[in-house]
Amino acid sequence: MTTLPTQTQKKLGLVIDLDTCVGCHACVISCKGWNTENYGAPLSDQNAYGADNSGTFLNRVHSFEVQPLAASEKVQPAAQTIHLPKSCLHCEDAPCVTVCPTGASYKRVEDGIVLVNESDCIGCGLCAWACPYGARELDQEEGVMKKCTLCVDRIYNENLPEVDRVPSCVRTCPSGARHFGDLGDENSDVSKLVAERGGMDLMPEQGTKPVNQYLPPRPKDALPEFDVLAPFLAPIAEEPTGFLGWLDKTLEKL
Amino acid sequence: MHPAPSVIIFTTFSGLGFGLLFWLGIDPTPYTGWTAFAFWLIAYVMGVGGLISSTFHLGHPERALKAFTQWRSSWLSREGIAAVATLVLMGLYGLGLVFFDTAWQPLGWLGAIGALATVFTTSMIYAQMKTIPRWYTNLTPAMYLSFALAGGALLKGSTAIALWLILLAGVIQIATWVVGDKAFANSGTTMATATGLGNIGEVRAFEPPHTGTNYLMREFIHVVGRKHSSKLRIISLLLMVLLPVMLLAAPFFSHWLALLAVISHIAGVLATRWLFFAEAEHVVGLYYGKR
Repeated sequence: MTTLPTQTQKKLGLVIDLDTCVGCHACVISCKGWNTENYGAPLSDQNAYGADNSGTFLNRVHSFEVQPLAASEKVQPAAQTIHLPKSCLHCEDAPCVTVCPTGASYKRVEDGIVLVNESDCIGCGLCAWACPYGARELDQEEGVMKKCTLCVDRIYNENLPEVDRVPSCVRTCPSGARHFGDLGDENSDVSKLVAERGGMDLMPEQGTKPVNQYLPPRPKDALPEFDVLAPFLAPIAEEPTGFLGWLDKTLEKL
Repeated sequence: MHPAPSVIIFTTFSGLGFGLLFWLGIDPTPYTGWTAFAFWLIAYVMGVGGLISSTFHLGHPERALKAFTQWRSSWLSREGIAAVATLVLMGLYGLGLVFFDTAWQPLGWLGAIGALATVFTTSMIYAQMKTIPRWYTNLTPAMYLSFALAGGALLKGSTAIALWLILLAGVIQIATWVVGDKAFANSGTTMATATGLGNIGEVRAFEPPHTGTNYLMREFIHVVGRKHSSKLRIISLLLMVLLPVMLLAAPFFSHWLALLAVISHIAGVLATRWLFFAEAEHVVGLYYGKR
């Protein structure tokens, strides 16, 4: 049924730390590796070794450059590169679920995971239109909609060692930038992390109420003064001397 | 948005077909016999043809029957139900007119309501998309309904009504463009809200997730098509509104001129429908630094 549950018992989701993500794309690869050979249809590639290659991914890492505004203490602040991994945010008010005409898309009452029942999916693509985050991709080989399952086949899987019962991307991340847990429980580690670091929603104005949270980059450290006496020293001459000084003056006169 | 031929053809012709069915349904002095058959044939070829064309872009058309189940939440599901109900009702009504020379008028009225409901539900599939600010407006259903009514009246041969409805459709189309051009900026969704990084400074897309393209970029980012949009807007208005109105108002109006008016109108509607998709920008493009 594609009407959304009024509330879910848990809100399982990810917390992604934009401060520590190094943009290595390991989560992208491990996600594709796990999900292409487990739950549902494989994640196909088209023309994988050709010039115009593309494929289905459930998780992609975008990189942005942010130019801080000039301030009196920092006249020319350095631009920052920030990597933003993006997958399904398992929204509480998921617009992708309600548009589905067949009931293939649904949000689970027990843990809030948004899933696609692939045997009911007609591949109309409307759910991908409704998602503001680009979290859903129609697999070109299977003709069904693919999306992050929060590794539903790992997190409850008792055949795996306990340490592996987290989404593949979280297990793989070498910089500890991805965290998994119940964001509906305010005492969970992930909820505490969100509270402490000021976790945020992506596109809050879209009204989707995403469960996944992003931790903003911490402010950059300011370089300390090298020497306490430095302000008292005579400034280094800015005017060129010697040959360069002569060249400067001569060219100036021309 | 990618202007897929299947959806452009579907929305144009099913709109015209169901628009014609509306006018056939409420006609107090309906055609009978072979004349009725000809009108019903045109309406069904357009309406059903449009619906069939819409299944061409499905990944699994063989499961299409499942799309009738989720009418509680899904406009696409409601559209399917409204379309089939209308086709059944109007089919029975047409049966009476063609073969028994009798008008089972209540069936016609119900069918007319169904035809309007079908066009409205189609338009709501687009108008509900908050992710596509240009479509997320009441003008979208107004535009679809006015186009269907105008085109339907033209096909039905109700020239006096058609003339005014075509003008109205043109006015609504212009309003849709004027409001739509500001919709993305007014939506409040920017690269800053998309990334949450706006409070640090100005955000710029630095590197995409991959060097190639992907499904999202093919489906939602269509920059090339907008290059000639202002020229196309003028051409489409000339074809959809101006030429048919001039022909309808001409004192020497004939069947051949009517055919020309219909062809010109349909060509114009196809052009505006192409623009409807090509000009629509999805917010996901912000993650790629494109719209």
